[in-house]
Amino acid sequence: MRRWLISAFLCLISGWSLAQTARPVAEDPVLEARMLALATELRCLVCQNQTIADSHAELAIDLRQQIRDQLRQGRDETQIRAFMTDRYGDFVLYRPPVSERTALLWFGPGMLLVLGLASLIFILRRRSRLGAEAFDPDEADDPARTP
Amino acid sequence: MKRVLIPLVLFIALAVFLALGLKLDPREVPSPLIGKPAPDFKTETLADPSRVIQRDDLRGKVWILNVWASWCGACRDEHPLLVDFARGRSLTLIGLNYKDERSAGDAWLARFGNPYTDSLFDPQGRIGLDYGVYGVPETFVIDRQGVVRYKHIGALTPEALKTKVEPLLAQLSK
Repeated sequence: MRRWLISAFLCLISGWSLAQTARPVAEDPVLEARMLALATELRCLVCQNQTIADSHAELAIDLRQQIRDQLRQGRDETQIRAFMTDRYGDFVLYRPPVSERTALLWFGPGMLLVLGLASLIFILRRRSRLGAEAFDPDEADDPARTP
Repeated sequence: MKRVLIPLVLFIALAVFLALGLKLDPREVPSPLIGKPAPDFKTETLADPSRVIQRDDLRGKVWILNVWASWCGACRDEHPLLVDFARGRSLTLIGLNYKDERSAGDAWLARFGNPYTDSLFDPQGRIGLDYGVYGVPETFVIDRQGVVRYKHIGALTPEALKTKVEPLLAQLSK
């Protein structure tokens, strides 16, 4: 019985020696989260279809460090975004500001949607006014079919 | 007749857009620095750690800033062009040795020739960051007032030198 107890006790404490608290991913998780939130909005110019948060390019690593440093210095997101656009232009922003140059980018898809819906309604309305005979199946090889 | 034309017109419009899209180079990102003062810097030269150059030392001169590194393959392709271009010309060609080691940079210049008036030593890439460098080599033309007038991303080509850089230098040096 005593042996049993001792071995059970040893089994229990052996767990402690293995267990370890998870190491924090970064020194300052709050700062890291702010950095990542900002980095996912910024385009990496080396691999242009990736964000600075995703990219492993050296430039992206540098810019992430730059964002960290500037956040630590107490600069806010708007200031850091301005820092980036001063150097790389609006192109670094995945959400470019609405301006004359980007109007088509911002409103083009909406305009296309409206145009598509309008033509759909137009066609459906016109068809609804047609008589039933317009919907009869075409006769095969009818020479009159071609306008 | 009209019914046949509509898809044709749509097709042609689409084809034109796609053709234009193929011609555009997404790497040619227009630099926001053009027309703005060149970012300030103050650093030692590659050749001599005790010699410090800053931006305002170059005021009053038309100068070219060429970003290079010994680890950069495209720089090696571009280099003979620069050596050739600088020869027999009174040109202020400043190199920016970007994220490199001093010994490697020195050896590279010794091997391939040194067209630079001076090379700025920027091991951490801080100056490069301020100039928005993202693809070495890059080349800037800066006027007498210290304003950036032109930027070329990637290796210079004989055409770019002839059609862009040379006329601009001539115009700015007047």
